[in-house]
Formats: sequence, structure tokens, C-alpha cells
Amino acid sequence: MDRQKRIITIGGGIAGTEASSVLSGLGYNVIMLEKSNQIGGKLNNWNHLFPNGRPANEVTGFLGQKIRLQPFRIISNTSVSRVISANGIFAMETTAGEQLQADAVVISTGFETFDATRKEEYGYSIYENVITSVDLEEILRKGQTLITSKGEKPKRIAFIHCVGSRDEKSGHHHCSKVCCITGVKQAIEIAKQLPDTEIFCFYMDLRMFGLSYESLYREAQEKYNIQFIRGRLSEASENQDESLLIKAEDTLSGRPLKMNVDLTVLLVGMIPGKETLRMSELFGLERESNGFLNVMDPHLNKNLSSVKGVFLAGTCTGPMTVDETLEHARSAALDVHQYLQRTDK
Amino acid sequence: MKRQAKTRIWNDYQKLIPEDNFYYLRSCIRQNFFPGSEHAFLQIMKNNLHKNVFDDPNHTTCTGIAYHSDLLPFETLQTVAARQFALMTESGYKNAAVSCVTSFGIYSEVLETWKEFPEEEAKTRELLWNATGREFKVPENVSHCSDIIYHFKDRIAARQKYPLTNQHSRKPLKIVEHIGCHYAKMFPGKGIGGAEFSSVLSGMIESWGGEVVDYPERRHCCGFGFRQYLIMSNRGYSVSNSRKKFESMEAYRPDAIICNCPGCAMFLDKWQYVIGELEGKTYGPGHQGIPVLTYEELAGLVLGYDPWDLGLQMHQVDCETLLQKIGVQYDPAMKFRGLNGKNLGKPALPACFKVTETNVIPE
Amino acid sequence: MNTFGYKIMSPRTIDFDQFDGRLLNEVLVKEPSFRTCLSCGGCTATCNAGTLIDFNVRKLNLLLRRGEIASLSREIDKCMLCGKCMLVCPRGINIRNVIMLLKKGASRLSEHQKTAVENEVQK
Repeated sequence: MDRQKRIITIGGGIAGTEASSVLSGLGYNVIMLEKSNQIGGKLNNWNHLFPNGRPANEVTGFLGQKIRLQPFRIISNTSVSRVISANGIFAMETTAGEQLQADAVVISTGFETFDATRKEEYGYSIYENVITSVDLEEILRKGQTLITSKGEKPKRIAFIHCVGSRDEKSGHHHCSKVCCITGVKQAIEIAKQLPDTEIFCFYMDLRMFGLSYESLYREAQEKYNIQFIRGRLSEASENQDESLLIKAEDTLSGRPLKMNVDLTVLLVGMIPGKETLRMSELFGLERESNGFLNVMDPHLNKNLSSVKGVFLAGTCTGPMTVDETLEHARSAALDVHQYLQRTDK
Repeated sequence: MKRQAKTRIWNDYQKLIPEDNFYYLRSCIRQNFFPGSEHAFLQIMKNNLHKNVFDDPNHTTCTGIAYHSDLLPFETLQTVAARQFALMTESGYKNAAVSCVTSFGIYSEVLETWKEFPEEEAKTRELLWNATGREFKVPENVSHCSDIIYHFKDRIAARQKYPLTNQHSRKPLKIVEHIGCHYAKMFPGKGIGGAEFSSVLSGMIESWGGEVVDYPERRHCCGFGFRQYLIMSNRGYSVSNSRKKFESMEAYRPDAIICNCPGCAMFLDKWQYVIGELEGKTYGPGHQGIPVLTYEELAGLVLGYDPWDLGLQMHQVDCETLLQKIGVQYDPAMKFRGLNGKNLGKPALPACFKVTETNVIPE
Repeated sequence: MNTFGYKIMSPRTIDFDQFDGRLLNEVLVKEPSFRTCLSCGGCTATCNAGTLIDFNVRKLNLLLRRGEIASLSREIDKCMLCGKCMLVCPRGINIRNVIMLLKKGASRLSEHQKTAVENEVQK
């Protein structure tokens, strides 16, 4: 090569960081843009990962170490404001006003969680004792015990599956894949923390797709006595003491059901992030009907976008687990490498 | 309960309500069972707010009762609605003020159908022409009368004579608000505040100094509908739904219930008597029942109208407890005296409700 | 008291806050594998009795979990204890043991109830 090839990664979550590390290790000049002030994305706010309960900061720590071994330039608090592409070169202006050029671009702008306030009938941010799985993870990460708004231990908790996913009314038809196992994981964690609390999970289907997920589900039932009720929550209302009255159908017995719980946890789904949507506009990338970025071929290549030279890594293409995200990022890096080798004449 | 998110939701569902020049479309049930209400609405609009409301004697029922009881096909319904619109057009009005929530649902349904299926509108125009020789323009705005009162709530508050506070304890009155199903559940975008946390009545209550009670079965239907009560043996279903609401709100000890649908007001009022007879249970303080008012009656009370002019004596559950709490000046002797002091006769008092002293009818 | 030609209906909603959990707790303690039932229906599909009479093995779990002990007592008498259900259960639950525990528990509870009723009658 007459000059070192340049790669710009947009998004400093685990996908962007891993892809950048691998490419940097292969000898490329990599610049990573991250809109917040730290890398690692959503994993920074996570406590433990399924299936084995491993602390999330071990993963971010491992990635941080890889960067120290093979450093590359990271620009924080910055994103892309304009892009012009010509002759295989991408000329970009960052939000800080810097002009950058790249021979290949990796989009790793990730996901956002569904804003549960949009499901008014569940009462998030209206009733005191309604939280999301993200809120719960934060509570656990800080080492706090889960308590109700009155400062007491909850005697009964309900986990509500499929909040903002598989739901026409929320505008998101897709299944967010990872929420069911997150619910089971969190239910077990709460059962360990509060052994006298009754825990219920209200589901439509239980998606235990991973290898050890079914055993985790079984453990939840057998060891921790967590009860799974098949039925979708229609609404939650607040009682005078701030406990919640929830209504669902016990579909397996065919009758409506109501119960009073002290707290509900809404398992919110992954939806395309705003930056992902913005990048698709700036770069002219195709999107699926659910808003995630369209991959070139769902079997043969899930890292190529609809635009030559722009590669996709991570949850900007759809809901993924942490391990799947890292694998996806590595295969994106390999694709970038092969692309740059071919175009180098 | 956190206000911020509810306020946000209410801001998401806002509706354009016109300032003036309304064509009044009356309600079958309201004008028959609560005649004081419609009269009060017209008085408030004309005398207190100085607005123009046209009360056309030529307009008819919207036939919602027949439609919802499967007695009338959809084509007829559309044509009847079209005739109402034709009368509006002929008298030069573009804004409809709809008294009944079922009518509101009917007109919304018909207009939405015509938006999605323009061929239905064309067919209706033809049917109307053939039947009556009339033509119509689609109204610019269809608002329910509770929307209109909501729009003017602050102006009413400025002219308020009695705030909704308990004059003995100085605390705001606790008021349960009940929204008719066809107001927002059919088309949530057409209801102020959406369907889950409707704000049309709670906005009025709070502007006038009261406190809204939020109880678990707030959204539950009162059981009206039409099929379920037209035949006597089906009424068990209706009364059971109302009972579910009463059981849920009891613990909050509300001082009154406000409805925007005439059917709901009628049911929540009258079923308290039925439940009292069948189960021996009455709700409300001192076993006197919880007074149920329409929003026009509440607006009238707040502005200082005489309760007997508003028609409160026609209610099943006596409203004196509420009047005493608010501190409204009224003459108990005039309760069953009509215009010019005419003796209207005495109704039999229900055995299940305890009577207040002022309730005793003078000989 | 007036009657009007109609009655107030009692709700058929399962009220989770009020159910009879005595039998449930007993069975789950003695046969903990029963907690892993996911109502797949494999047992009911192969059940001999269920093909001929109105007997649903899967529903036993639900009746138990909703505290409907009266219905349960009637249902479990229909089981022939053949064991075909255990051959297909994906969670490996010892269903025959569950049935036996239910039979013993239910008859004991109804004995208590019978005595209670007799005491009332005598008063």
C-alpha cells in the first residue's frame, strides 16, 4: 500500500470497540467516534450477563485492555454531521468541526431500549412502583436492594414480558429476542436477594433460544419457585397504598385474572437507536421495516450494508446478545480487511 | 402518582375546539332524564360565556340506540348523520356541539368511515338526496359538549361563585370522573388526554378547585351500552359492571361522581338504588349514596345556578350532601315545586338510602 | 326488598389474592419437580382416560395453582394411574406421585370441611 488505509468506526459501544481493535491489530489507521464521553455503550449500565451471571464490567474491561495493547484514536462526545462519498473515499465532518476521510466505514451505532412511557396503560413514570429491566439492572449494579416506593421489601413482584416488542400499538412488530432470558435472569437475581418474595412472569411466549437458557428457566421454576403465567398484561392501576392492581388473562385456564403486586418490572425491548436512523440517512443505507439497518444477505453476509464501503457491526442490525455482538464485530472487521485488500491496487 | 408523565400524555392528545358558533345536537337520554342539564349548557354558553349556540328544532336523534342494538343498518345511520350535517349546512354552522357521547361516537365513526372509504360518502349523499332532497357539507369540527366546557373551563373558573371545596374542612372535594366509552376508547386521538388518562373531566374538576380520585377500576365501563339493558333479564350484566366500579372507588370516599356521557350518569345514579335493594349495600358517606352529576350540572352549580333549576331533584341519589359540602344556597322547600311554585308531587323515597334532614318533604 | 327480574353477577375473574393455597404448598414441597411444569399438554395428549371422558391432566396443575380444590378432588378420581403421562413429560415430572399426593391431600381437606359443616349443622 502506498499509504495506510483509513477506517472510521461510528459508535463506541462493544461492537465498535471490538471491530476497531481487530482492525487496528491488522495494521490499519482506525478512528472511532463515540457520541458520549465513554466507550462501552449500554454495557456500562449493565450488572450481570446471562447465562452465567458474569459481571458486565469484565467484558468492558477486557475490551479496554485490547485497546491499550493496540491503541487507536478515539474521539469522544462526537458524532458525524455530514458525509460526502466519491471514488470510494468517504469525506466526513464531525460535530466538533473536524474533517476526516476514510476508505471504509463501520457503522456500530447500536440500539436503544423502548421508552416505556409510551405504554401508558402500564403506568411507567406515572405510578410509583413501575420500573423497567434497565432500571432494575442499574439498581443491582449499585448493589442496592430492590424496595418499593414506601421503602419496604416487595412481597410480590411481576415481570412483564414483551413491552414495546411484538406490539402493533407501540409500532414495533419484531421480537427483541433477549428480553425473555433477561427477565428470567433478573427474576432469579431478585429471588436470591429477596427469598420470601413471590415472583411472577407474565409472558406470551418464552424465547429460551440459547444453549443453557432452558436450564436457567427450569432452575427458575424448580429452585426459586418463580411462577410463569401465560397471559399478556392489559393494564395496571394504582391502589391507595401505591401497590398495583394488574389484569391479565390466565390463558391456559381461559379466565381473566387480577392480582395485587407491590412492584412490576417491564421487560423493554431493543429498538433501532436514533443515531442508527440518522446514519442510515447520512450514508443512504437501507433500513428494514422495523427500522434496523438492512444487511446484504441474511445467510451469507450480515456485515455488508447496501452501500459499498460501509460495513455494519452490532445491534444496529437487530437485537443481539453480547457474544453475538462481538462475533458480528469481528466478522465485520474481517470483511473490511478483505475489502481494503481488494481495492488496494 | 406522578404528574409529569400524565401531563406529558395529556399534551400529546390535544384537540382543536372552536371558540364560537355551535350547532347543538341534543341527546335522547340526557334531555329526557336530565332535562336541566341541556338547558344549563345553553344558559351557560349564552348568558355566562356569551357564545352563539343554535338549538335547531328540526334535528333528530342520531339513532345510535337503534344502531347499537342491531335494529338499524349502517347505511341508515350514515344517512341520518348526513341529514344532521345537512341541517347544519343549511343554517350556516360548521361546528357541531354534540351533547351525547354515543352520538359523538356515531359522528366520529361515520366521518372516519367516509375518510377511509369515500365511496360510502358518495353513496350516502345519494341516499340523502333521494330521501329528503337535502345536500350537506362535512362539518369542520365535531366536538363533544364536555370538550367545549373543558375549553372554557378557565373562563368558568374566573366567573365561579362556589369552588369545589368542602366548606367545613376547607379541603378540595374528592370527585370521581367517569368518561363515556365512546368518547375516547373508539378513537383515542379524538379524546382530550387520550383513552387511558382522559383529562376532559379531570381538567374541569381541577380548574374548579376539586381533587380527582384515581382508583383501579377508573377505566372500566359502567355497563351501559344498549344491548345489555334493553331486555330486562340482561340488566344484571350492566348493574354488575357499575357495582365493580363502586366497590373499587368506595375506599377513596368520593364526594361525587361526574360523567360526560348521559347514559353513564343515569346508570351510576340509578344502579346505586338497585344495588341497595338487591344487596342491601349503599355507598357513600352515611349510607346516602354517592351523588352523580353531569358536567353541565357541575358547571351550573359552580356558577351559582339554583340546584332545582338544574334538575338535581330528578336524581335517584339525593345531591343535598354535595350541596351542603360546597355550601350552595338553595331552598329545600322548592325541591318539588316547578315553575311558578307548581306542586310536582312527591316521589316515594327509596328504603335503602338514609335521608338527610333537609330531604324531608314539607307537607 | 324489591326484585327486578335480574340479578347481580359475581365476577369470574381469578382473584389471585384470594385463593386456597394449602394443597398447592403441600404438593410442591413433597414433589418439587412439579414446579417445572410448563403446561405443554403432552400428558393430556397421551392420557388414556382423557380420550374417553372429560379429564384433563394438564389442567390439574392449573386447578392446583388457582386453589380450586373442589374441582380438583372430582378430577383426580378419574385418573387410572397407568403412567403413560410420565413417559412423555419433557420435564420428567413424576406425575403419578403428584396424583397420589393430590388424592391424599384433597380427601384430608374435604374431611376437615365435612367436620366443619357438621359442626355448623349441630349448632
